[in-house]
Amino acid sequence: MSKYSISAFIAGLIFSFGLLLSGMANPEKVLGFLDLFGAWDPSLALVMGGAIAVGLPLFTVAKKRATSVLGTPIQLPAKRDIDRRLILGSLAFGIGWGLAGFCPGPGIVAAGALKSGAIVFALSMIGGMWVFHLLEKRKA
Amino acid sequence: MTIDWNAFTPFTALGGGVLIGLASAWLILMNGRIAGISGILGGLFDWTKGDRGWRLAFTLGLLAGPAIWGLFHALPSIEIHASTPMLVAAGLMVGVGTRYAAGCTSGHGVCGLSRLSPRSLAATLTFMGGGFATVYVIRHLLGA
Repeated sequence: MSKYSISAFIAGLIFSFGLLLSGMANPEKVLGFLDLFGAWDPSLALVMGGAIAVGLPLFTVAKKRATSVLGTPIQLPAKRDIDRRLILGSLAFGIGWGLAGFCPGPGIVAAGALKSGAIVFALSMIGGMWVFHLLEKRKA
Repeated sequence: MTIDWNAFTPFTALGGGVLIGLASAWLILMNGRIAGISGILGGLFDWTKGDRGWRLAFTLGLLAGPAIWGLFHALPSIEIHASTPMLVAAGLMVGVGTRYAAGCTSGHGVCGLSRLSPRSLAATLTFMGGGFATVYVIRHLLGA
């Protein structure tokens, strides 16, 4: 494995530990946050807050650099438009998130914990991404 | 709105959040890539030469997390109450939706907000709203 891939593996591993520690790999806990009008569990807001508190200064550093530590270009998203694809896509994602309490990261981590329901979710999600890929390819 | 103080875990939530922030910062500073899970997974279908190894390695890190955690500590509980058809429907909507939106909770929510991107803020408010509305309908209107 190249240095570049080992570095990506470490990032994925730390990300996974973060989701496990915060309880966000548990869809019941995520649904407790999304249940704003029931007995509300604000934990997810603190997870986002903690991540952004660290992310803000470090992404500011990244914005000022052209190349990464490993010598590759730093690729920050260039898109700025708030269009129909962004809003309708996010809406569909939000509804799916509310149905089961899984977003992509926690779905993969819980599948890694060999939870059968999470494996079903993750495979279906990857299937959905494949459908998107086919639709986009046909358009091109 | 009533806060469920028994369920609220402020310290592990903050600590886990800090780890997620560090992992995202690691990937952008070391590899120059955004830690957006949906983008990393979806990009695997493009078969771009030289662009798949790191995506697979990152995903492997996510998958290996629980096993490595389990070597040192009992895994936190993961409770899934949704039925199989519900999980399939949820997966499809999350898969297609995040790809159209070009991001999910990590790419838009964590990385995008850390970059102070208005586009990511719009996405985050929209999927949060969608999630709140869906759980409201399921738990309080349908009573499931």
